[in-house]
Amino acid sequence: MTPPDIGLMLFTAAFGLVGIGALGIVMANHLVRIVLSIVLLETGANLLLMLSGYRAGAVAPIIVDGVVPASMVDPVPQALVLTAIVIGVAVQAFMMTLVLRLYTVYGTLDIRELRTHLERDLAKAAGVPLPGSADAPLDVPATVMRKGGS
Amino acid sequence: MESLANWIVLLATVIMLVGAVAVLVLQNYLAAVAATSVVSLGAAVIFVVLRAPDVALTEAAVGAGLSGVIMALCLRRLGLHRIEGTAASAPQAGADTDGDS
Repeated sequence: MTPPDIGLMLFTAAFGLVGIGALGIVMANHLVRIVLSIVLLETGANLLLMLSGYRAGAVAPIIVDGVVPASMVDPVPQALVLTAIVIGVAVQAFMMTLVLRLYTVYGTLDIRELRTHLERDLAKAAGVPLPGSADAPLDVPATVMRKGGS
Repeated sequence: MESLANWIVLLATVIMLVGAVAVLVLQNYLAAVAATSVVSLGAAVIFVVLRAPDVALTEAAVGAGLSGVIMALCLRRLGLHRIEGTAASAPQAGADTDGDS
């Protein structure tokens, strides 16, 4: 029983993680789940970057006693990914800080409720009327009735 | 030897994809954070097979450990950390929170 090709499996894992992360960012309604989806997408992107430096049958890029191995994997993507992992965790902590701040201000993490709150606050701060949105049909008859009555 | 590495990569790939789907479908947010850590651990295994032991160490310690701790502490402050019940029924449940540690 022969296992499938290693490159095919690795690209499946990387693109699967990127796809599932993008799907979660688009489809999820809760901010914590969106942050988790961004973390998944980061992991998939790191895996894809690591795959660019991989060479079949090579050894780890470690020089022992000054002897450079004949065939070793590319160490540059490894250094980049090492930095990207740490930066990703820092960005994740920053995102969770913003989520905590939103929760203390508005008391909800549902993006649909948050959008109405933010639109109202932005319109109030800018001094303009509320822009048309999904709940505009509820407002239009009231305005028309008020205009017709006066 | 190469065949063994292929089997390990197949196992890690399946675990990572199942964990990634679990992040999106699990109702409990603490379980979703644990699934994210599982995905990071699978990525660490794949990094070892890709001849990058330093990246694997960092991914396991920072990506799985530290990020999971940060997310769990944030969930505790957000009040979403209860194990019992779903996230919707958790706020009014006051008596059944003695079991979780």
